[in-house]
Amino acid sequence: MGLFLILLILTIGAFGFFIGRLKAIKLRSASQKKITSLNHYYGYYIAIFAIVPSLLVFLAITAFQGYIVEVYVLSDFIDLNPNLLASDKNLLLAQIINTSEGIKLFDEISPLITDAVDKYIYIEELIDTLTYVIVLSVAGLLSLFAYVKIKSNLDSRKFVESFLLILFFTCSLVAIMTTVGIIFSLLYETLKFFSQVPITDFLFGLNWSPQRVFVRDSGDLDTRDLQNAFGALPLFAGTFLIAFIAMCVAIPVGLMTAIYLAEYASPNLRDWAKPIIEILAGIPTVVYGFFAALTVAPIVRDLGQNAGFTVSSESALAAGFVMGIMIIPFVSSLSDDVINSVPQSLREGSYAMGATKSETIRKVLLPAALPGIVGSFLLAVSRAIGETMIVVMAAGLAAKLTANPFDAATTITTQIVVILIGDQEFDSPKTQAAFALGLTLFIVTLLLNFIALQVVKKYTERYD
Amino acid sequence: MNKVKISAKNIDVFYGDKQALFDVSMDMYEKEVTALIGPSGCGKSTFLRCINRMNDVIDICSVKGNVSIDGHDIYDKSIRVESLRENVGMVFQKPNPFPKSIYENIAYGPRIHGMANSKTDIDEIVENSLQKAALFDEVKDRLHQPGTGLSGGQQQRLCIARAISVNPEIILMDEPCSALDPIATAKIEELMNELKKEFTIIIVTHSMQQAARVSTKTGFFHLGKLIEVDSTETIFSNPGNQKTQDYITGRFG
Ligand SMILES: Nc1ncnc2c1ncn2[C@@H]1O[C@H](COP(=O)(O)OP(=O)(O)OP(=O)(O)O)[C@@H](O)[C@H]1O
Ligand SMILES: [Mg+2]
Repeated sequence: MGLFLILLILTIGAFGFFIGRLKAIKLRSASQKKITSLNHYYGYYIAIFAIVPSLLVFLAITAFQGYIVEVYVLSDFIDLNPNLLASDKNLLLAQIINTSEGIKLFDEISPLITDAVDKYIYIEELIDTLTYVIVLSVAGLLSLFAYVKIKSNLDSRKFVESFLLILFFTCSLVAIMTTVGIIFSLLYETLKFFSQVPITDFLFGLNWSPQRVFVRDSGDLDTRDLQNAFGALPLFAGTFLIAFIAMCVAIPVGLMTAIYLAEYASPNLRDWAKPIIEILAGIPTVVYGFFAALTVAPIVRDLGQNAGFTVSSESALAAGFVMGIMIIPFVSSLSDDVINSVPQSLREGSYAMGATKSETIRKVLLPAALPGIVGSFLLAVSRAIGETMIVVMAAGLAAKLTANPFDAATTITTQIVVILIGDQEFDSPKTQAAFALGLTLFIVTLLLNFIALQVVKKYTERYD
Repeated sequence: MNKVKISAKNIDVFYGDKQALFDVSMDMYEKEVTALIGPSGCGKSTFLRCINRMNDVIDICSVKGNVSIDGHDIYDKSIRVESLRENVGMVFQKPNPFPKSIYENIAYGPRIHGMANSKTDIDEIVENSLQKAALFDEVKDRLHQPGTGLSGGQQQRLCIARAISVNPEIILMDEPCSALDPIATAKIEELMNELKKEFTIIIVTHSMQQAARVSTKTGFFHLGKLIEVDSTETIFSNPGNQKTQDYITGRFG
């Protein structure tokens, strides 16, 4: 029904547009006075009045609808039992809605429920009708109001200008508010988590086994159990290990690629090679994931076994290696840019001293470009730390503290996925642990990105 | 009269299809300052860069003809371009110190050419070069601070010190004073008078007065051709060619 109403509003808006323009045309031919704006601005004037406020009203009603329905329908139950839990309320409501749609889950339906179902059907219909009436009258009345206000001296062009300003501002606000909202919800849940599990246990604990925390009511939880289940150190170690392996692949390969592209490749070659390398970063990570799990991991296992190591079939090495391939372009592309932006005069100065090409690169270009190159490393690290799909598929789930790259390892991101897969009780420490992990990850990558940007910025200032 | 140090014969230079120098032949003498003058775009820099083969760095550039130093063809296959440039230093129009310390800027050349084995050797070379470039007193307390932190005039003298650190016989200077104020310019000119006792110097300049003040011989280029080369005195008092006359009296260019 919402869609139909929106269509109606838009139709009124379109209608208003034509009426407004028509009136402007008439005004123009009737009066000798100059009319401030072009005709279609008067059309937009009415359309904005017709559409925007009514849509806002509609959104507001929809937002509160659920709450009103719940209060009204469940009023009898709450009278009976004032301390009804939120989860029980949801359950009841679901049962009522199901019954109203003719789905029977229980043979016996209590009279209380039957009453509630009637109430539910009644209130839903009432709200629907009211919504139509209110929203459409808002649209209609405001259009009328706008139509009356159109006179030769009305500056509708300026009005449209201000409206667009507000629209753009609101849109930019959406992104900002989302970020702020995410941070706060992360913080909120994390704080709740730390009220149950001490932060030191989380940061320095050695044992990660949230699966053991099965009890649903937090009251039944054994605190000792809680403390021993959420030691995230193995996850930090695993994340670090895999990111380290990835960087061991990405830094040398990426940097040498950058040097080749910037200093040796002909401009032609560079023009087509660079985009192709950048495609690496655009391949969906899930593709890398099965590549890592199905191709690289078995190779690593066979090679390792031939060399006499015990290698698990899911190894940190396989995941880290593939991840390293994925982030090569992060290193090579940015490093190539900074090496390229070292002024030609420095190259010539070095050649004129009798230095060879590679001496010039090693002793002049790389040191000059170093801050930018380090910046590219940091960006690549933060990408590696945040990467999820590859590790989920190829690195394993076992949370044990290890520095052996042939072992299975698990990362922060993997464990977040593991925790949240399937149905979850939102209030359990297990779920909240995911938020704590998320926040940790967020802080680390934010910090890395921040430092990287500062470093890169400092570098670019130098040659301007 | 000094002996011929550098001899260029029938030089043609092309940038892609475009010819920048036409059949230039010129001798430059040992321990003298030779000035190259001429209007912008006439090929002075191009000619200068033939002498240390810096044109090799530019892909589209090709050089025909013969340049010899002390009678050896420098474009011969047996010549290593690195040792050629060790012997023929260059100072650029814009000071281009490396983003390293003053000390490291000067130690750069001696290190890559293996000219010094110990720290004391390098210390000595650094001090010597700075002394010769008349910069030592100004920077002796800040040798380990970045060379880019010096003033423009000091940076240019640092570049001169860097060029002489590897004991070249020839120094090429491409408008070394164009980015400097008159006082810094005077210092560098003074320095050149000092340096020519030891080095053969070729300088490109847009300033007639500078050419007159520092050089013994002057060559005048126009549209890629060497119009006239003679002693500086003759060029400025009694040039053999009308174009030279017009240029030095400021009638064109
Ligand atoms: N890298 C290059 N690529 C293409 N053409 C070039 C290049 N360098 C110089 N040229 C051309 O060669 C000609 C001579 O240039 P050159 O730099 O030698 O002139 P110049 O006498 O040094 O001028 P100025 O006094 O302005 O420095 C010019 O026409 C210039 O456009
Ligand atoms: Mg020039």
